[in-house]
Amino acid sequence: MSGIPHDHYEPKTGFEKWLHERLPIVSLLYTTMTIPTPKNLNWMWIWGVVLAFTLVLQIITGVVLAMHYTPNAQMAFDSVEFIMRDVNAGWALRYLHANGASLFFLAVYMHIFRGLYYGSYKSPREVTWIVGMLIYFVMMATGFMGYVLPWGNMSFWGATVITGLFGAIPGIGDTLQTFLLGGPAVDNATLNRFFSLHYLLPFILAALVVVHIWAFHTTGNNNPTGVEVRRGSKAEVKKDTLPFWPYFVVKDLFALSAILTVFFVIVYFMPNYLGEPVNYTRANALSTPSEIIPEWYFLPFYAILRAFTSDVWVVQISSFLTGGIVDAKFFGVIAMFGSLVVVVLVPWLDTSSVRSGRYRPSFRWWFALLVLDFIVLMWAGSQPPAGMVPAISLIGATYWFGYFLVILPLLGVMEKPDPRPATIEEDFDAHYPPKDATASAAE
Amino acid sequence: MRRFVRWTSLISLCTNPEGAFYASWALNISIDLRQRSNKGEIIVSHAENKSGTRRDFLYVATAATGAVAAGAAIWPLVNQMNPSADVLAVASVEVDVTDLEIGTQLTVKWRGKPVFIRRRTAREIAAGRAVKLADLVDPIDYVWEDPNHTQPKPALDENRTMDKEGEWLVMIGVCTHLGCVPIGNESGDFGGWFCPCHGSHYDTAGRIRKGPAPRNLDIPMAVWLNKTTIKLG
Amino acid sequence: MIKHTILAALVAFSFSTSVVVAEEHARVEDFQFSFEGPFGKFDPNQLQRGLQVYAEVCSACHGLNLVAFRNLGDPGSPQMAPDQIKAFAKMFDVADTSDGAEPGDIRSAIPADNFPSVTSAGAPDLSLMAKARAGFHGPMGSGLNQLFKGMGGPEYIASLLTGFTGEEKEQAGTTLYGNTAFPGGWLSMPPPLEDGAVDFRNGNKNDVRAMSQDVAAFLMWTAEPKMMIRKKTGFLVVAFMILLTTLLYLSNKKLWASVKRKD
Repeated sequence: MSGIPHDHYEPKTGFEKWLHERLPIVSLLYTTMTIPTPKNLNWMWIWGVVLAFTLVLQIITGVVLAMHYTPNAQMAFDSVEFIMRDVNAGWALRYLHANGASLFFLAVYMHIFRGLYYGSYKSPREVTWIVGMLIYFVMMATGFMGYVLPWGNMSFWGATVITGLFGAIPGIGDTLQTFLLGGPAVDNATLNRFFSLHYLLPFILAALVVVHIWAFHTTGNNNPTGVEVRRGSKAEVKKDTLPFWPYFVVKDLFALSAILTVFFVIVYFMPNYLGEPVNYTRANALSTPSEIIPEWYFLPFYAILRAFTSDVWVVQISSFLTGGIVDAKFFGVIAMFGSLVVVVLVPWLDTSSVRSGRYRPSFRWWFALLVLDFIVLMWAGSQPPAGMVPAISLIGATYWFGYFLVILPLLGVMEKPDPRPATIEEDFDAHYPPKDATASAAE
Repeated sequence: MRRFVRWTSLISLCTNPEGAFYASWALNISIDLRQRSNKGEIIVSHAENKSGTRRDFLYVATAATGAVAAGAAIWPLVNQMNPSADVLAVASVEVDVTDLEIGTQLTVKWRGKPVFIRRRTAREIAAGRAVKLADLVDPIDYVWEDPNHTQPKPALDENRTMDKEGEWLVMIGVCTHLGCVPIGNESGDFGGWFCPCHGSHYDTAGRIRKGPAPRNLDIPMAVWLNKTTIKLG
Repeated sequence: MIKHTILAALVAFSFSTSVVVAEEHARVEDFQFSFEGPFGKFDPNQLQRGLQVYAEVCSACHGLNLVAFRNLGDPGSPQMAPDQIKAFAKMFDVADTSDGAEPGDIRSAIPADNFPSVTSAGAPDLSLMAKARAGFHGPMGSGLNQLFKGMGGPEYIASLLTGFTGEEKEQAGTTLYGNTAFPGGWLSMPPPLEDGAVDFRNGNKNDVRAMSQDVAAFLMWTAEPKMMIRKKTGFLVVAFMILLTTLLYLSNKKLWASVKRKD
């Protein structure tokens, strides 16, 4: 499976041979779990396992919640409260599922920004990156539709506003929005299809996760140095790597356990902190909440959506050039989706031959600014669009695009990278020096 | 060495959400690691020899804690399928029988099924008590006082009523043949109940006398809460 | 004088955003409740007093339709005795939906029933009110202070009940009442409580402030009836996770010791 030379599973007993000839599943699991993994992976390489666990957590709690939930506009809100009040431990299951979404997005953002910093998207890992971004998009769709299901007033108006984005597309917008909602407005039909899709998409997500793992097991993991594992021989590979089991499994489980401890503090002691109080009010088509605020994990993109108002010159020019087809509303939608598309395209936007940000002195600063930008946009998205907020959003959105479309392409050409270690072993030995030369030679 | 490998595989088995799924490979890899170490390719620390017991204890403790965590996590996922609080709340209902006249019947819904509460006439009581056990299709009742319904009791009229006088008869109104609701008010050949679906005749004490039904009408859990209230369940 | 005016203008200008926010969310006092914090517990006596305030005052206009009478005896609730609950439920009428009942038939409630909805006055249901309102939003609208103060739902309710200014105004045919806690400052609910409006059996304080806190605590319970078991479970879960994390940390350290040449 992997391009890195490694030990293969050899069936020994009669039954093992019999099974292996018919279904080499043990071999597959063996190869997957013992894959040579760069031994210098740092603590930012734990988020993948956290994500895998969270996906399982969400699917299990979700399946269980679906046994008690009623996807009907008249009954959905009450059925959620029925879960909270009468189902055995229903409150715990629901709080786990609701906060699990936040854990999922926290982990995915850490995972994505780790990839952006260490250049995990660069050749030959572009497909891993693109599949990963697809997973993220499916997550966003699933998260959004899940938020609609409790049928609180923020659920309802969130659904109205977000499906309204599709309504902004010139020409077909209204037809498309009506099609998506199953009617002129968010109603029972919308709730029912969102429930169906919310149940379906996680399984597509799981399939994409398998592809994602398959892809990076083919290329091998990236690592903090960005230097590839030597592949000349198995002995050489062993100098740079350790088997995934048990070394990284135990490491990842420790990290997972620590993160879950914090997660459970939130679930059991402040379960509504990340939620919106308005959503404990029934959906009401006649009364919009004073502010419509998406969940925190959508806020940066929500800020970009709102940043491009009709008084921004880019918007005015594009409106003029297209004869009004691209108005402010549509421009905002394009900007929001565009802000995600540039992330998908980053393998081709980054021109630097150096993979890891660790050896790119100026890149590091621009990257730090990008992280800050993401947080500022998140804050801006949560604020009513008044005072300084639109200006801050616009600056933030501009930097987001500037980073991917201008800074990354130019930086690769202009920047003088720092010296890099020749091998992973060299980097590892620098952190954990061998006791003496003979011991090192013996290894 | 062997023990170390075995316990680490247990860690994965217990702390991993798909423990059962990975059990097979964990076992397999442990076999493999043993073999490799036999060949002299040392994978695991050489310090192990020095502190083998402590190492073992740590891994055992971790695995055991992980196992408890996994077990504790599974329980609520199973328990949520048990009846919820609102269902349990109506597991017993109280029926006010103040207005029930002699010779009339009240049908109430209890746990999704009809329950007949009949205040019998003197004639019905006499008819019920005159029947000999030998004449019954189903002379043995398995009664509600025993939760497992294993305690047999002769299906005498006295044993089926709520009071010594035999005025109050409470039965689940579901034909023991295929689950239809029998017609009451002195119906059928024996002046009790008659099931229209397949023609089962029950007598004034609700015992099957003729027709395809195998058992007498079941008696639910019922007690007098006070003089005018019967509690079902 | 002029200097002061300029200074005031400057301050007003630079804080104009925060002033808007502050006005919108009005003034919410950080009341102390027994159930706050990880160790906090509902006080059953306070919940019973709050129930009494609800039953004698609020229930005239507000429903409580997600709460069942049987819940009043659950662990971590007002913890009333079964007989008390039965007698209390009997005072409420609910729709009779049994087989053979005509639409519109009414019967008295039993413990298994929910509190009735009340729609006559157009007032919102109170079951979830303590979770549907947040009292604290700062700093800078980030809501971070909720980490320390809690969401502030019951604080908002108590602040609203004690926050009537006594002013009234007519607007579009309805009378609005001035309130320091209500967003916008004017609401259509007249002050529902006055000192001594409810007599508590065991002579507890019954001024507006005390009653407001009692009913706010009661409404927190109606919104989150499982709070006690939630915190109890939480302690167990978190303590256990700390143990597991420690053990995994040590296992990981040992496993890697030889690789990192630390043995």
